Amino acid sequence: MRELAPGLFVHSGVQEESSPRNLGDIANIGFIVGGKCVAVIDTGGSIVVGNRLREAVKAATKLPICYVVNTHIHPDHIFGNAAFKSDNPVYVGHARLAAAMAARGRNYRNALLRDVGEAVAASEIIPPTLEVKDTLDLDLGGRTLRLTAWPTAHTDNDLTVFDTRSETLWLADLLFVEHMPVVDGSLKGWLSVVAEIAALQPQRVVAGHGEAADWRRALSDQERYLRILLDETRAAIKAKRTMQQAVDSVGLGEKDKWLLSEGFHRRNVTAAYAELEWED
Amino acid sequence: MANLKPLWRYGFIAALMACASALTAAAEPKPDIWDKVRTSLFAGRPISEQADAVIELDAPVRAEDAATVPIAIHTKLPQSKDAYVKKVYLVIDHNPSPLGAVFTFAPDSGRADLETRVRIEEYTHVRAIAELSDGKLYMASRYVKASGGCSAPAGKDQAAALARLGKMKIRLDSAVALNQPNQAQLMISHPNNSGLAMDQLTRLYVPAHFVRRIDVSYAGKPILTAEVDFTISENPNFRFYFVPRTEGELKAEVVDSNDLKFESSIAVRQGAGS
Repeated sequence: MRELAPGLFVHSGVQEESSPRNLGDIANIGFIVGGKCVAVIDTGGSIVVGNRLREAVKAATKLPICYVVNTHIHPDHIFGNAAFKSDNPVYVGHARLAAAMAARGRNYRNALLRDVGEAVAASEIIPPTLEVKDTLDLDLGGRTLRLTAWPTAHTDNDLTVFDTRSETLWLADLLFVEHMPVVDGSLKGWLSVVAEIAALQPQRVVAGHGEAADWRRALSDQERYLRILLDETRAAIKAKRTMQQAVDSVGLGEKDKWLLSEGFHRRNVTAAYAELEWED
Repeated sequence: MANLKPLWRYGFIAALMACASALTAAAEPKPDIWDKVRTSLFAGRPISEQADAVIELDAPVRAEDAATVPIAIHTKLPQSKDAYVKKVYLVIDHNPSPLGAVFTFAPDSGRADLETRVRIEEYTHVRAIAELSDGKLYMASRYVKASGGCSAPAGKDQAAALARLGKMKIRLDSAVALNQPNQAQLMISHPNNSGLAMDQLTRLYVPAHFVRRIDVSYAGKPILTAEVDFTISENPNFRFYFVPRTEGELKAEVVDSNDLKFESSIAVRQGAGS
Protein backbone atom coordinates (compact mmCIF):
# COMPACT_ATOMS: atom_id res chain seq x y z
CA MET A 1 0.00 0.00 0.00
CA ARG A 2 1.51 3.33 -1.04
CA GLU A 3 0.35 6.80 -0.04
CA LEU A 4 0.47 8.37 -3.47
CA ALA A 5 -0.73 11.76 -2.19
CA PRO A 6 -1.64 12.74 1.41
CA GLY A 7 -4.57 10.51 2.39
CA LEU A 8 -4.71 8.72 -0.97
CA PHE A 9 -3.55 5.11 -0.78
CA VAL A 10 -3.02 2.69 -3.66
CA HIS A 11 -2.22 -1.01 -3.66
CA SER A 12 -0.81 -2.35 -6.94
CA GLY A 13 -2.04 -5.76 -8.03
CA VAL A 14 0.31 -8.12 -9.85
CA GLN A 15 0.29 -8.09 -13.65
CA GLU A 16 -1.19 -11.56 -14.01
CA GLU A 17 -4.51 -13.25 -14.60
CA SER A 18 -6.36 -14.36 -11.44
CA SER A 19 -5.01 -17.62 -10.00
CA PRO A 20 -4.97 -19.64 -6.78
CA ARG A 21 -1.54 -18.14 -6.09
CA ASN A 22 -2.49 -14.45 -6.40
CA LEU A 23 -6.07 -14.95 -5.13
CA GLY A 24 -7.32 -12.37 -7.58
CA ASP A 25 -4.99 -9.61 -6.39
CA ILE A 26 -4.35 -8.35 -9.91
CA ALA A 27 -5.90 -4.88 -10.06
CA ASN A 28 -4.95 -1.56 -8.51
CA ILE A 29 -7.23 -0.79 -5.58
CA GLY A 30 -7.11 1.63 -2.65
CA PHE A 31 -8.83 4.27 -0.58
CA ILE A 32 -9.06 8.00 0.07
CA VAL A 33 -9.28 9.44 3.59
CA GLY A 34 -11.29 12.62 4.18
CA GLY A 35 -12.02 14.65 7.33
CA LYS A 36 -14.91 12.48 8.50
CA CYS A 37 -14.76 9.20 6.60
CA VAL A 38 -13.10 7.01 4.00
CA ALA A 39 -13.99 6.02 0.43
CA VAL A 40 -12.68 2.68 -0.81
CA ILE A 41 -12.01 2.62 -4.55
CA ASP A 42 -12.40 -0.92 -5.89
CA THR A 43 -12.10 -3.93 -3.65
CA GLY A 44 -9.96 -6.47 -5.52
CA GLY A 45 -10.62 -9.81 -7.13
CA SER A 46 -11.71 -11.81 -4.08
CA ILE A 47 -12.94 -11.60 -0.51
CA VAL A 48 -9.35 -12.25 0.63
CA VAL A 49 -8.06 -9.21 -1.22
CA GLY A 50 -11.00 -7.16 0.10
CA ASN A 51 -10.22 -8.21 3.68
CA ARG A 52 -6.58 -7.17 3.28
CA LEU A 53 -7.67 -3.82 1.91
CA ARG A 54 -9.99 -3.31 4.86
CA GLU A 55 -7.14 -4.07 7.26
CA ALA A 56 -5.00 -1.50 5.46
CA VAL A 57 -7.75 1.11 5.90
CA LYS A 58 -7.99 0.30 9.63
CA ALA A 59 -4.20 0.59 9.96
CA ALA A 60 -4.20 4.01 8.27
CA THR A 61 -7.14 5.68 10.02
CA LYS A 62 -9.77 5.31 12.74
CA LEU A 63 -12.38 7.01 10.53
CA PRO A 64 -15.26 4.88 9.29
CA ILE A 65 -15.66 3.63 5.72
CA CYS A 66 -18.65 5.46 4.28
CA TYR A 67 -18.34 4.63 0.57
CA VAL A 68 -17.22 1.64 -1.47
CA VAL A 69 -16.87 2.73 -5.09
CA ASN A 70 -16.74 0.16 -7.91
CA THR A 71 -15.16 1.60 -11.05
CA HIS A 72 -16.71 -1.08 -13.30
CA ILE A 73 -18.04 -4.63 -13.49
CA HIS A 74 -14.84 -6.65 -13.84
CA PRO A 75 -14.33 -9.33 -11.18
CA ASP A 76 -10.83 -8.19 -10.20
CA HIS A 77 -12.37 -4.86 -9.09
CA ILE A 78 -15.54 -5.97 -7.32
CA PHE A 79 -15.15 -9.38 -5.69
CA GLY A 80 -13.78 -7.89 -2.45
CA ASN A 81 -17.03 -5.92 -1.88
CA ALA A 82 -18.32 -8.29 0.79
CA ALA A 83 -15.32 -7.54 3.02
CA PHE A 84 -16.92 -4.17 3.82
CA LYS A 85 -20.46 -5.30 4.60
CA SER A 86 -19.99 -4.82 8.35
CA ASP A 87 -19.08 -1.16 7.73
CA ASN A 88 -22.51 -0.54 6.19
CA PRO A 89 -21.07 1.64 3.47
CA VAL A 90 -22.92 3.13 0.53
CA TYR A 91 -21.88 1.05 -2.49
CA VAL A 92 -21.43 3.37 -5.45
CA GLY A 93 -21.32 2.52 -9.15
CA HIS A 94 -22.20 3.58 -12.67
CA ALA A 95 -25.94 3.59 -13.41
CA ARG A 96 -25.40 0.57 -15.68
CA LEU A 97 -23.31 -1.42 -13.20
CA ALA A 98 -26.24 -3.24 -11.58
CA ALA A 99 -27.49 -4.48 -14.96
CA ALA A 100 -24.04 -5.75 -15.84
CA MET A 101 -23.80 -7.52 -12.48
CA ALA A 102 -27.18 -9.15 -13.11
CA ALA A 103 -26.10 -10.34 -16.54
CA ARG A 104 -22.64 -11.54 -15.61
CA GLY A 105 -22.61 -12.19 -11.87
CA ARG A 106 -23.27 -15.89 -11.93
CA ASN A 107 -20.76 -16.52 -14.68
CA TYR A 108 -18.14 -14.45 -12.89
CA ARG A 109 -18.62 -16.40 -9.68
CA ASN A 110 -18.28 -19.72 -11.49
CA ALA A 111 -15.10 -18.50 -13.16
CA LEU A 112 -13.76 -17.25 -9.81
CA LEU A 113 -14.30 -20.62 -8.15
CA ARG A 114 -12.74 -22.39 -11.12
CA ASP A 115 -9.73 -20.09 -11.58
CA VAL A 116 -8.99 -19.00 -8.01
CA GLY A 117 -10.60 -21.73 -5.96
CA GLU A 118 -12.77 -22.50 -2.96
CA ALA A 119 -10.54 -20.36 -0.72
CA VAL A 120 -12.40 -17.31 -2.01
CA ALA A 121 -15.91 -18.82 -2.00
CA ALA A 122 -17.15 -16.05 0.32
CA SER A 123 -16.70 -13.49 -2.48
CA GLU A 124 -20.01 -11.91 -3.43
CA ILE A 125 -21.52 -9.71 -6.09
CA ILE A 126 -22.87 -6.65 -4.27
CA PRO A 127 -24.71 -4.17 -6.49
CA PRO A 128 -24.50 -0.40 -5.99
CA THR A 129 -26.93 1.33 -3.62
CA LEU A 130 -25.99 4.72 -5.10
CA GLU A 131 -25.86 5.04 -8.88
CA VAL A 132 -24.06 7.65 -10.92
CA LYS A 133 -25.73 8.73 -14.17
CA ASP A 134 -23.40 11.54 -15.21
CA THR A 135 -21.47 13.13 -12.35
CA LEU A 136 -21.80 12.98 -8.58
CA ASP A 137 -19.84 14.56 -5.72
CA LEU A 138 -19.07 12.53 -2.59
CA ASP A 139 -18.15 14.53 0.51
CA LEU A 140 -15.63 12.80 2.76
CA GLY A 141 -15.49 15.81 5.13
CA GLY A 142 -13.50 18.68 3.65
CA ARG A 143 -12.52 16.47 0.74
CA THR A 144 -14.73 16.08 -2.30
CA LEU A 145 -14.56 13.22 -4.76
CA ARG A 146 -16.05 13.95 -8.16
CA LEU A 147 -17.38 10.79 -9.79
CA THR A 148 -17.94 10.67 -13.54
CA ALA A 149 -19.94 8.00 -15.37
CA TRP A 150 -18.59 7.61 -18.90
CA PRO A 151 -20.26 6.46 -22.10
CA THR A 152 -19.36 2.90 -23.15
CA ALA A 153 -15.57 2.54 -23.37
CA HIS A 154 -13.58 -0.18 -21.56
CA THR A 155 -16.98 -1.52 -20.43
CA ASP A 156 -20.49 -0.05 -20.55
CA ASN A 157 -20.21 1.01 -16.91
CA ASP A 158 -16.91 2.85 -16.42
CA LEU A 159 -16.75 5.28 -13.51
CA THR A 160 -13.80 7.54 -12.66
CA VAL A 161 -13.02 9.24 -9.35
CA PHE A 162 -11.36 12.66 -9.20
CA ASP A 163 -9.93 13.62 -5.81
CA THR A 164 -10.20 17.40 -5.82
CA ARG A 165 -7.69 17.85 -2.98
CA SER A 166 -4.76 16.04 -4.58
CA GLU A 167 -6.00 16.51 -8.14
CA THR A 168 -5.62 12.79 -8.67
CA LEU A 169 -7.77 11.19 -11.34
CA TRP A 170 -8.51 7.54 -10.55
CA LEU A 171 -9.05 6.17 -14.05
CA ALA A 172 -9.10 2.50 -13.13
CA ASP A 173 -9.36 0.37 -16.27
CA LEU A 174 -9.84 3.29 -18.61
CA LEU A 175 -6.04 3.17 -18.49
CA PHE A 176 -3.88 0.06 -18.70
CA VAL A 177 -0.13 0.47 -18.21
CA GLU A 178 2.13 -2.28 -19.59
CA HIS A 179 -0.79 -4.73 -19.21
CA MET A 180 -2.49 -5.12 -22.59
CA PRO A 181 -5.70 -3.05 -22.69
CA VAL A 182 -8.84 -5.19 -22.69
CA VAL A 183 -11.78 -4.19 -24.89
CA ASP A 184 -15.05 -5.22 -23.29
CA GLY A 185 -17.23 -2.24 -24.19
CA SER A 186 -16.61 -0.24 -27.31
CA LEU A 187 -13.31 0.31 -29.07
CA LYS A 188 -14.55 3.49 -30.72
CA GLY A 189 -16.11 4.67 -27.47
CA TRP A 190 -12.88 4.10 -25.55
CA LEU A 191 -10.86 6.09 -28.08
CA SER A 192 -13.18 9.05 -27.73
CA VAL A 193 -13.22 8.85 -23.91
CA VAL A 194 -9.42 8.72 -23.90
CA ALA A 195 -9.35 11.94 -25.90
CA GLU A 196 -11.56 13.63 -23.30
CA ILE A 197 -9.44 12.35 -20.43
CA ALA A 198 -6.23 13.66 -21.95
CA ALA A 199 -7.78 17.14 -21.95
CA LEU A 200 -8.49 17.03 -18.18
CA GLN A 201 -4.82 17.57 -17.19
CA PRO A 202 -4.88 16.03 -13.71
CA GLN A 203 -1.79 16.18 -11.45
CA ARG A 204 -1.59 12.44 -11.31
CA VAL A 205 -3.48 9.38 -12.46
CA VAL A 206 -4.20 5.95 -10.99
CA ALA A 207 -4.48 3.26 -13.66
CA GLY A 208 -6.42 0.03 -13.20
CA HIS A 209 -3.35 -2.06 -13.97
CA GLY A 210 0.28 -0.93 -13.85
CA GLU A 211 1.82 2.28 -12.57
CA ALA A 212 1.02 5.47 -14.44
CA ALA A 213 4.07 7.49 -13.30
CA ASP A 214 4.07 9.20 -16.69
CA TRP A 215 0.37 9.10 -17.43
CA ARG A 216 0.52 11.09 -20.66
CA ARG A 217 2.89 8.58 -22.15
CA ALA A 218 0.88 5.64 -20.80
CA LEU A 219 -2.31 7.09 -22.24
CA SER A 220 -0.70 7.61 -25.61
CA ASP A 221 0.73 4.05 -25.66
CA GLN A 222 -2.74 2.75 -24.97
CA GLU A 223 -4.23 4.99 -27.64
CA ARG A 224 -1.69 3.70 -30.17
CA TYR A 225 -2.72 0.11 -29.48
CA LEU A 226 -6.44 0.86 -29.67
CA ARG A 227 -5.97 2.86 -32.87
CA ILE A 228 -4.05 0.03 -34.55
CA LEU A 229 -6.71 -2.43 -33.46
CA LEU A 230 -9.36 -0.15 -34.94
CA ASP A 231 -7.59 0.58 -38.22
CA GLU A 232 -6.41 -2.94 -38.98
CA THR A 233 -9.69 -4.61 -38.02
CA ARG A 234 -11.63 -2.12 -40.10
CA ALA A 235 -9.32 -2.82 -43.06
CA ALA A 236 -9.81 -6.58 -42.61
CA ILE A 237 -13.59 -6.21 -42.67
CA LYS A 238 -13.40 -3.98 -45.73
CA ALA A 239 -11.25 -6.63 -47.45
CA LYS A 240 -14.05 -9.14 -46.62
CA ARG A 241 -11.81 -11.19 -44.42
CA THR A 242 -13.61 -13.38 -41.89
CA MET A 243 -13.43 -12.91 -38.14
CA GLN A 244 -10.99 -15.82 -37.86
CA GLN A 245 -8.76 -14.37 -40.58
CA ALA A 246 -8.78 -11.01 -38.80
CA VAL A 247 -7.90 -12.65 -35.49
CA ASP A 248 -4.92 -14.31 -37.19
CA SER A 249 -3.61 -11.12 -38.79
CA VAL A 250 -4.54 -7.92 -36.95
CA GLY A 251 -2.12 -6.06 -34.68
CA LEU A 252 0.69 -8.60 -34.79
CA GLY A 253 3.23 -5.78 -34.42
CA GLU A 254 1.73 -4.82 -31.04
CA LYS A 255 1.70 -8.22 -29.36
CA ASP A 256 5.23 -8.09 -27.97
CA LYS A 257 4.79 -4.60 -26.55
CA TRP A 258 2.38 -5.62 -23.80
CA LEU A 259 2.17 -8.01 -20.88
CA LEU A 260 -0.52 -10.73 -21.05
CA SER A 261 -1.07 -10.24 -24.77
CA GLU A 262 -1.39 -14.02 -25.21
CA GLY A 263 -4.51 -13.94 -23.09
CA PHE A 264 -6.07 -10.79 -24.48
CA HIS A 265 -4.96 -9.68 -27.91
CA ARG A 266 -6.86 -12.16 -30.04
CA ARG A 267 -9.93 -11.65 -27.90
CA ASN A 268 -9.63 -7.90 -28.47
CA VAL A 269 -9.58 -8.45 -32.23
CA THR A 270 -12.69 -10.65 -31.91
CA ALA A 271 -14.46 -7.89 -29.98
CA ALA A 272 -13.28 -5.18 -32.37
CA TYR A 273 -14.49 -7.19 -35.36
CA ALA A 274 -17.92 -7.80 -33.82
CA GLU A 275 -18.25 -4.07 -33.10
CA LEU A 276 -16.94 -2.72 -36.39
CA GLU A 277 -18.70 -5.06 -38.80
CA TRP A 278 -21.90 -3.11 -38.13
CA GLU A 279 -20.37 0.17 -39.34
CA ASP A 280 -21.68 2.02 -42.43
CA MET B 1 -40.92 -23.38 -22.27
CA ALA B 2 -41.68 -25.66 -25.20
CA ASN B 3 -41.99 -22.81 -27.65
CA LEU B 4 -38.47 -21.74 -26.74
CA LYS B 5 -37.00 -24.99 -27.98
CA PRO B 6 -37.29 -24.79 -31.75
CA LEU B 7 -35.13 -27.86 -32.16
CA TRP B 8 -37.45 -30.10 -30.21
CA ARG B 9 -39.10 -31.36 -33.30
CA TYR B 10 -35.94 -33.34 -33.85
CA GLY B 11 -37.00 -35.31 -30.82
CA PHE B 12 -34.22 -33.99 -28.69
CA ILE B 13 -35.16 -33.51 -25.09
CA ALA B 14 -31.97 -33.76 -23.08
CA ALA B 15 -31.34 -30.04 -23.39
CA LEU B 16 -32.78 -28.87 -20.11
CA MET B 17 -31.09 -31.63 -18.15
CA ALA B 18 -27.79 -30.69 -19.69
CA CYS B 19 -28.56 -27.06 -18.92
CA ALA B 20 -28.57 -27.62 -15.19
CA SER B 21 -25.30 -29.48 -15.20
CA ALA B 22 -23.61 -26.98 -17.47
CA LEU B 23 -24.18 -24.27 -14.92
CA THR B 24 -22.47 -25.99 -12.04
CA ALA B 25 -18.95 -24.80 -11.50
CA ALA B 26 -17.31 -28.09 -10.70
CA ALA B 27 -15.81 -30.07 -13.56
CA GLU B 28 -17.59 -33.36 -12.97
CA PRO B 29 -17.22 -36.21 -15.43
CA LYS B 30 -19.99 -35.91 -17.99
CA PRO B 31 -22.13 -38.73 -19.34
CA ASP B 32 -21.57 -39.33 -22.99
CA ILE B 33 -23.92 -36.72 -24.29
CA TRP B 34 -23.03 -37.45 -27.88
CA ASP B 35 -24.41 -40.98 -27.58
CA LYS B 36 -27.75 -39.58 -26.47
CA VAL B 37 -27.86 -36.91 -29.13
CA ARG B 38 -26.88 -39.39 -31.78
CA THR B 39 -29.58 -41.87 -30.79
CA SER B 40 -32.17 -39.15 -30.59
CA LEU B 41 -31.34 -37.66 -34.00
CA PHE B 42 -30.23 -40.62 -36.08
CA ALA B 43 -31.33 -43.75 -34.18
CA GLY B 44 -29.15 -46.61 -35.35
CA ARG B 45 -28.10 -45.17 -38.72
CA PRO B 46 -24.37 -45.47 -39.41
CA ILE B 47 -22.33 -42.25 -39.43
CA SER B 48 -19.05 -42.29 -41.30
CA GLU B 49 -16.20 -40.47 -39.64
CA GLN B 50 -14.05 -40.99 -42.73
CA ALA B 51 -15.60 -37.78 -43.90
CA ASP B 52 -12.78 -35.74 -45.43
CA ALA B 53 -14.16 -36.18 -48.93
CA VAL B 54 -17.56 -34.87 -47.81
CA ILE B 55 -17.33 -32.41 -44.93
CA GLU B 56 -14.70 -30.52 -42.93
CA LEU B 57 -15.13 -28.44 -39.81
CA ASP B 58 -12.84 -25.55 -38.89
CA ALA B 59 -12.85 -24.27 -35.32
CA PRO B 60 -10.12 -22.79 -33.15
CA VAL B 61 -8.43 -25.18 -30.73
CA ARG B 62 -8.70 -22.55 -28.01
CA ALA B 63 -11.45 -19.97 -28.29
CA GLU B 64 -10.52 -16.35 -27.70
CA ASP B 65 -14.00 -15.41 -26.60
CA ALA B 66 -16.24 -18.30 -25.61
CA ALA B 67 -19.31 -16.24 -26.52
CA THR B 68 -18.04 -15.65 -30.07
CA VAL B 69 -16.29 -18.72 -31.46
CA PRO B 70 -15.98 -18.63 -35.26
CA ILE B 71 -16.65 -21.96 -36.97
CA ALA B 72 -16.65 -22.91 -40.64
CA ILE B 73 -18.27 -25.93 -42.28
CA HIS B 74 -16.82 -26.83 -45.67
CA THR B 75 -18.44 -29.45 -47.85
CA LYS B 76 -16.67 -31.13 -50.75
CA LEU B 77 -19.54 -32.22 -52.97
CA PRO B 78 -21.00 -29.92 -55.60
CA GLN B 79 -24.74 -29.54 -54.99
CA SER B 80 -26.51 -31.16 -57.95
CA LYS B 81 -30.16 -32.08 -58.30
CA ASP B 82 -29.28 -35.77 -58.13
CA ALA B 83 -26.91 -35.73 -55.19
CA TYR B 84 -26.41 -33.01 -52.64
CA VAL B 85 -25.87 -32.25 -48.98
CA LYS B 86 -29.39 -31.93 -47.66
CA LYS B 87 -28.75 -31.04 -44.05
CA VAL B 88 -25.90 -30.21 -41.73
CA TYR B 89 -26.45 -30.72 -38.00
CA LEU B 90 -24.27 -28.78 -35.60
CA VAL B 91 -23.79 -30.49 -32.25
CA ILE B 92 -21.79 -29.05 -29.36
CA ASP B 93 -21.74 -31.87 -26.83
CA HIS B 94 -21.33 -29.98 -23.58
CA ASN B 95 -23.48 -26.98 -24.36
CA PRO B 96 -26.76 -26.40 -22.50
CA SER B 97 -28.51 -27.12 -25.80
CA PRO B 98 -26.23 -29.63 -27.55
CA LEU B 99 -28.11 -29.54 -30.86
CA GLY B 100 -27.31 -25.93 -31.70
CA ALA B 101 -28.37 -25.73 -35.31
CA VAL B 102 -29.83 -27.66 -38.22
CA PHE B 103 -29.05 -26.17 -41.62
CA THR B 104 -31.08 -27.32 -44.63
CA PHE B 105 -29.59 -26.78 -48.06
CA ALA B 106 -30.89 -27.13 -51.61
CA PRO B 107 -29.32 -27.86 -54.98
CA ASP B 108 -29.41 -24.09 -55.61
CA SER B 109 -27.21 -23.53 -52.57
CA GLY B 110 -24.33 -24.47 -54.86
CA ARG B 111 -22.22 -25.48 -51.89
CA ALA B 112 -23.49 -26.54 -48.51
CA ASP B 113 -20.84 -24.45 -46.79
CA LEU B 114 -21.54 -22.30 -43.80
CA GLU B 115 -19.62 -20.02 -41.49
CA THR B 116 -21.03 -18.65 -38.27
CA ARG B 117 -20.10 -17.94 -34.64
CA VAL B 118 -21.22 -19.95 -31.66
CA ARG B 119 -21.23 -19.86 -27.89
CA ILE B 120 -19.38 -22.63 -26.11
CA GLU B 121 -20.06 -23.34 -22.46
CA GLU B 122 -17.35 -25.87 -21.63
CA TYR B 123 -14.42 -27.70 -23.20
CA THR B 124 -16.22 -29.81 -25.75
CA HIS B 125 -16.36 -31.67 -29.02
CA VAL B 126 -18.01 -29.68 -31.78
CA ARG B 127 -19.53 -31.84 -34.52
CA ALA B 128 -20.88 -31.16 -37.98
CA ILE B 129 -22.89 -34.04 -39.41
CA ALA B 130 -23.78 -33.93 -43.09
CA GLU B 131 -26.88 -35.78 -44.29
CA LEU B 132 -26.75 -36.40 -48.01
CA SER B 133 -29.77 -36.58 -50.30
CA ASP B 134 -29.35 -40.38 -50.38
CA GLY B 135 -29.59 -40.46 -46.59
CA LYS B 136 -25.93 -41.21 -45.87
CA LEU B 137 -24.37 -39.50 -42.86
CA TYR B 138 -20.84 -38.15 -42.49
CA MET B 139 -19.34 -36.41 -39.47
CA ALA B 140 -16.42 -34.06 -38.94
CA SER B 141 -15.52 -33.01 -35.41
CA ARG B 142 -13.11 -30.79 -33.52
CA TYR B 143 -12.31 -30.38 -29.85
CA VAL B 144 -12.53 -26.77 -28.66
CA LYS B 145 -11.23 -25.35 -25.40
CA ALA B 146 -13.59 -22.60 -24.30
CA SER B 147 -15.82 -21.98 -21.32
CA GLY B 148 -18.61 -19.75 -20.12
CA GLY B 149 -19.96 -18.75 -23.53
CA CYS B 150 -23.63 -19.58 -22.96
CA SER B 151 -24.14 -18.16 -19.50
CA ALA B 152 -21.86 -15.26 -20.41
CA PRO B 153 -22.94 -11.69 -20.59
CA ALA B 154 -25.36 -10.81 -23.27
CA GLY B 155 -23.61 -7.95 -24.84
CA LYS B 156 -20.92 -5.47 -24.12
CA ASP B 157 -23.28 -2.56 -24.61
CA GLN B 158 -26.78 -3.69 -23.73
CA ALA B 159 -28.51 -0.40 -24.52
CA ALA B 160 -26.99 -0.20 -27.99
CA ALA B 161 -27.87 -3.85 -28.69
CA LEU B 162 -31.55 -3.34 -27.89
CA ALA B 163 -31.76 -0.20 -29.98
CA ARG B 164 -30.54 -2.17 -32.99
CA LEU B 165 -32.67 -5.29 -32.52
CA GLY B 166 -33.84 -6.77 -35.80
CA LYS B 167 -31.65 -4.70 -38.07
CA MET B 168 -30.25 -6.88 -40.87
CA LYS B 169 -27.62 -6.70 -43.57
CA ILE B 170 -26.98 -8.93 -46.55
CA ARG B 171 -23.61 -8.62 -48.23
CA LEU B 172 -22.14 -10.25 -51.28
CA ASP B 173 -18.50 -11.03 -50.83
CA SER B 174 -17.46 -10.44 -54.43
CA ALA B 175 -18.85 -9.56 -57.87
CA VAL B 176 -21.77 -11.83 -58.71
CA ALA B 177 -21.32 -14.51 -61.38
CA LEU B 178 -24.42 -16.26 -62.73
CA ASN B 179 -24.74 -20.06 -62.71
CA GLN B 180 -22.08 -20.66 -60.13
CA PRO B 181 -21.86 -20.56 -56.34
CA ASN B 182 -21.52 -17.03 -54.93
CA GLN B 183 -20.83 -16.34 -51.28
CA ALA B 184 -23.15 -14.09 -49.29
CA GLN B 185 -23.12 -12.90 -45.71
CA LEU B 186 -26.23 -12.40 -43.58
CA MET B 187 -25.94 -10.30 -40.42
CA ILE B 188 -28.80 -10.04 -37.92
CA SER B 189 -28.67 -7.61 -35.02
CA HIS B 190 -30.15 -9.56 -32.12
CA PRO B 191 -29.04 -10.14 -28.50
CA ASN B 192 -29.76 -13.86 -28.88
CA ASN B 193 -30.10 -14.14 -25.10
CA SER B 194 -29.56 -17.62 -23.78
CA GLY B 195 -31.86 -17.26 -20.79
CA LEU B 196 -29.03 -18.64 -18.67
CA ALA B 197 -27.85 -15.42 -17.04
CA MET B 198 -29.43 -14.89 -13.63
CA ASP B 199 -30.51 -11.58 -12.17
CA GLN B 200 -28.65 -11.42 -8.87
CA LEU B 201 -31.33 -9.33 -7.17
CA THR B 202 -34.46 -11.19 -8.19
CA ARG B 203 -32.78 -14.61 -8.59
CA LEU B 204 -34.75 -14.91 -11.81
CA TYR B 205 -33.25 -15.76 -15.14
CA VAL B 206 -33.15 -13.05 -17.76
CA PRO B 207 -35.69 -14.32 -20.30
CA ALA B 208 -34.37 -16.22 -23.30
CA HIS B 209 -34.81 -14.29 -26.52
CA PHE B 210 -33.10 -15.63 -29.59
CA VAL B 211 -33.38 -16.11 -33.33
CA ARG B 212 -34.94 -19.51 -33.97
CA ARG B 213 -35.41 -19.75 -37.71
CA ILE B 214 -33.94 -18.19 -40.82
CA ASP B 215 -35.16 -18.83 -44.35
CA VAL B 216 -32.98 -17.61 -47.19
CA SER B 217 -34.37 -17.72 -50.71
CA TYR B 218 -33.19 -16.58 -54.11
CA ALA B 219 -35.69 -15.60 -56.79
CA GLY B 220 -38.33 -17.36 -54.71
CA LYS B 221 -36.45 -20.65 -54.42
CA PRO B 222 -35.07 -21.95 -51.11
CA ILE B 223 -31.33 -21.64 -50.56
CA LEU B 224 -30.83 -22.18 -46.86
CA THR B 225 -32.99 -22.78 -43.82
CA ALA B 226 -31.38 -22.51 -40.41
CA GLU B 227 -33.15 -23.79 -37.32
CA VAL B 228 -31.07 -22.37 -34.50
CA ASP B 229 -31.07 -21.24 -30.88
CA PHE B 230 -28.90 -19.28 -28.44
CA THR B 231 -25.98 -21.51 -29.37
CA ILE B 232 -25.46 -18.95 -32.12
CA SER B 233 -23.63 -15.87 -30.82
CA GLU B 234 -25.17 -12.47 -30.26
CA ASN B 235 -25.80 -10.72 -33.60
CA PRO B 236 -26.09 -13.95 -35.59
CA ASN B 237 -23.87 -13.93 -38.63
CA PHE B 238 -23.84 -16.47 -41.46
CA ARG B 239 -21.79 -16.84 -44.62
CA PHE B 240 -23.28 -19.21 -47.18
CA TYR B 241 -23.46 -19.85 -50.93
CA PHE B 242 -26.20 -19.53 -53.53
CA VAL B 243 -26.36 -20.05 -57.30
CA PRO B 244 -28.18 -17.29 -59.20
CA ARG B 245 -29.50 -18.59 -62.51
CA THR B 246 -30.89 -15.20 -63.44
CA GLU B 247 -30.81 -11.81 -61.80
CA GLY B 248 -33.18 -11.76 -58.86
CA GLU B 249 -33.74 -11.07 -55.20
CA LEU B 250 -31.79 -12.67 -52.35
CA LYS B 251 -34.08 -12.60 -49.36
CA ALA B 252 -33.75 -13.56 -45.70
CA GLU B 253 -36.70 -14.04 -43.36
CA VAL B 254 -36.04 -14.37 -39.64
CA VAL B 255 -38.29 -15.43 -36.76
CA ASP B 256 -37.22 -15.18 -33.13
CA SER B 257 -38.38 -16.93 -29.96
CA ASN B 258 -40.85 -14.11 -29.23
CA ASP B 259 -42.31 -14.62 -32.72
CA LEU B 260 -40.92 -11.30 -33.88
CA LYS B 261 -40.32 -11.42 -37.62
CA PHE B 262 -37.67 -9.56 -39.57
CA GLU B 263 -36.82 -9.62 -43.22
CA SER B 264 -34.30 -8.15 -45.57
CA SER B 265 -33.43 -8.56 -49.23
CA ILE B 266 -31.09 -7.31 -51.88
CA ALA B 267 -31.35 -7.23 -55.64
CA VAL B 268 -28.63 -9.32 -57.26
CA ARG B 269 -27.22 -8.17 -60.59
CA GLN B 270 -24.48 -9.87 -62.55
CA GLY B 271 -21.05 -8.41 -61.84
CA ALA B 272 -22.24 -6.32 -58.88
CA GLY B 273 -20.93 -6.79 -55.34
CA SER B 274 -21.87 -4.94 -52.19
